Amino acid sequence: MRAFTYERAADAQAAVKAAAETPNAKFIAGGTNLLDLMKLEIEHPAHLIDVARLPLAAIEETPEGGLRIGAMATNSHVAADARVRARYPVLTQAIVAGGSGQLRNKATTGGNLLQRTRCAYFYDTTKPCNKRAPGSGCGALEGLNRNSAIFGASHACIATHPSDMAVALVALDATVETLSPSGAARSFPLMELHRLPGETPDIETHLVPGELITAVVLPPAPEGGQMYRKVRDRASYAAGLASVAVAGGRIALGAVAHKPWRAADAEAALASGASADEAIGRELEGAGENGRNGFKINLVRRLVPAALAEAREQGRGA
Amino acid sequence: MKTTITVNGEPRTLDLDPRTTLLDTLREHLKLTGSKKGCDHGQCGACTVLVNGVRINSCLSLAVMHDGDQVTTIEGIGTVEKLHPLQQAFLTEDAFQCGYCTPGQICSALGMLKEVAENWPSQETANLTGKITLTDDELRERMSGNICRCSAYPQIVAAIKSVAGELA
Repeated sequence: MRAFTYERAADAQAAVKAAAETPNAKFIAGGTNLLDLMKLEIEHPAHLIDVARLPLAAIEETPEGGLRIGAMATNSHVAADARVRARYPVLTQAIVAGGSGQLRNKATTGGNLLQRTRCAYFYDTTKPCNKRAPGSGCGALEGLNRNSAIFGASHACIATHPSDMAVALVALDATVETLSPSGAARSFPLMELHRLPGETPDIETHLVPGELITAVVLPPAPEGGQMYRKVRDRASYAAGLASVAVAGGRIALGAVAHKPWRAADAEAALASGASADEAIGRELEGAGENGRNGFKINLVRRLVPAALAEAREQGRGA
Repeated sequence: MKTTITVNGEPRTLDLDPRTTLLDTLREHLKLTGSKKGCDHGQCGACTVLVNGVRINSCLSLAVMHDGDQVTTIEGIGTVEKLHPLQQAFLTEDAFQCGYCTPGQICSALGMLKEVAENWPSQETANLTGKITLTDDELRERMSGNICRCSAYPQIVAAIKSVAGELA
């Protein structure tokens, strides 16, 4: 790990001020992804601003009937929250499908959203990767791309976003609240947080440098059932090959794109009376493969109707 | 950087490079070598310790981030003269061969049993709003962050189950 300086932020305003004033600074909260990447010298911040103890860990009711989840709330606490389990079960299911107990006890809501891809070429510093080293090329394009994206990829990058939690949050139509480097607060749909790779896969979100996520806000739970389903190589503690979150009429897919993928075409088809099979078929008209990841298309074709049926069942029981 | 961490009940003040992980602090600076370094990337669980009663991977945490925290390692759980019931259960059930993963398994299991007592769900929990029963499937899922390369898993499950009732 390369040397860095460290400070603990006194409050959120001080944290964004420090980030604005210090070159190559990064926030650290749980650290479970950032420290891993720092050990591998994929990330090498010159300065760490510790935000873990900021008073942003509460989970509160909103006047609209939703929940505001503080960015420092750990994955474990969010998954275990009685209100989340009763009203947003898809979020609990998604969180407990990710990582291990130890990791979820440290990982935070904000950090989970900003975790980096698990693409093997991103991790291997001897290989080209436009995300890690812009302009070096993409090793995955012609390489071991079994776990690469089938939606929204570019010739510069076919990596996927690894979060399970974010997939459920997109299906729940969550909003992100942030503090800008200037100290101003703003909020926007979570669906607009992550970017597709395009020509600049190293730029992964629409946050400006030094902008701090302070909360994720859930609107009131949608009508209808909810369900998260994830397929992976091991039964536990493995990244997804494909996953799906269903929340009422909304569908989001995980591990298939550079961002949590809102299946808008499938949703529209379902809303106009198409069957689940027809609806996901409509979505998959936009899918593409790179040699070894084509199986994901069939996986998604089967996974989504199964999850929709389970969500309907769950909705009936609730 | 000056950092004070209470380890197994004893406040320890150290002057650390910010890069020092909690695991390296325990092993290299405090000579508490019970916590093991397996992968050093949060994949194996051998470094699991309890921080303020919660299990974490000590390899993926900076010591300077734990100023003021209470850390419990395997050395704080039992002694050779007075084994913790879970340590005795690992002996009774033959729940290890080489023993390298065992301190992490035991710290993880103690944290896990507390999580069950607090009714935290796992992906094996079918009814998210009901009371959790620690079935074998639940136990295995909750311990999936601890790898045993000798593959003593059936005995580890038996050892944890044998004390789950009295510790919960």
